[in-house]
Amino acid sequence: MARPGTRLDSKKVNSELFTLTYGALVSQLMRDYENVDDVNKQLERMGYNIGVRLIEDYLAKTGSGRCYDFRDTAEKIQTGFRLYLGITPVITNWSPAGDEFSLQFDSSPLTEFVELPDHCLGLKYCNVLTGVLRGACEMVQLDITSMFVQDHLKGDSITELRIKFIKRLEDAIPAGED
Amino acid sequence: MSSNYVAVISQVRPKTSILDKSLSKGRGEVNLSTFALLFSELVQYCQNKVCSVPELQTRLGEIGQEVGVKLIDLYFVREKNCKRETKLLNMLIFIKTTLWKGLFGREADKLEHANDDERIYYIIEKEPVVNKFISVPKDKSSLNCAIFIAGIVEAILNSCGFAAKVTAHWHKGTTYMVQFDENVIARDKQMEER
Repeated sequence: MARPGTRLDSKKVNSELFTLTYGALVSQLMRDYENVDDVNKQLERMGYNIGVRLIEDYLAKTGSGRCYDFRDTAEKIQTGFRLYLGITPVITNWSPAGDEFSLQFDSSPLTEFVELPDHCLGLKYCNVLTGVLRGACEMVQLDITSMFVQDHLKGDSITELRIKFIKRLEDAIPAGED
Repeated sequence: MSSNYVAVISQVRPKTSILDKSLSKGRGEVNLSTFALLFSELVQYCQNKVCSVPELQTRLGEIGQEVGVKLIDLYFVREKNCKRETKLLNMLIFIKTTLWKGLFGREADKLEHANDDERIYYIIEKEPVVNKFISVPKDKSSLNCAIFIAGIVEAILNSCGFAAKVTAHWHKGTTYMVQFDENVIARDKQMEER
């Protein structure tokens, strides 16, 4: 615990600054695009760019190796949430085939202070997260997709992110190399 | 405006609205990498929308202002017992100490008053958190992304009745130049005389 007045951990940032910066970004997108679908897409795309870079940081910090199965992946994604957002979502609702699961959490630094106006019902406020997961997993040869099936901001009691395994990506070896 | 506002946000409001919860202490933290990558996306997004460095700075500043406006109530309720500062110097000191400590974990390095122009103050910070991972391309050397933070400061000053323009410059790290309107200075002098 940091004593009041002492320097924050230099590897950490005040979460309100993060929350409000994300909020300002989303509202800027809402002003720039005509419909919310485009905003959702743009958020996903930004998330993808973040994920592609964040995975390096994740591997360096956790030193984790390959996943044995998708359950292992789920735990590693959970660790990622803890590491980068300071929340620990619950892993639940596995599909019988074991290729689909949900992450549930009630609050996150992204949505602190946020209330959605009625005309933004189609907005997936946290859609950046689906992009981050897609980008990060793609860099470790996992093709996944994810979507919000429940959203705290839309009156659901909890936020639920459903994550689905699609396929393993094969390493593409540049032509002429073994 | 308030009745309008309530009309707009209604049906979908979560069962407990943010006003039902007690105000957090504001000590929550997220990983620096999370913030840095988000900020990088923000800069890239703005960059794709403009064609010159000054335009990019303007956009980043505007987004900072949006953050700043929302910080005012948060900080004055939490730290100042709901009382706003009315004196210019106290306001600047509040920004340099309380606000900076809350947002960035430490006070800004220096607060200075320009020798030749009483309207101008400088807040100096060696390494703003937003610049930590940003290397400025040679052809855009005037770009300082801390204009985002300048935007935060500008919005706070303006909304508290101290009309000012805040810009970010590469000098001793980053120097935020705060230029107050003439009438703000005059008013402050009047208050002192009383």
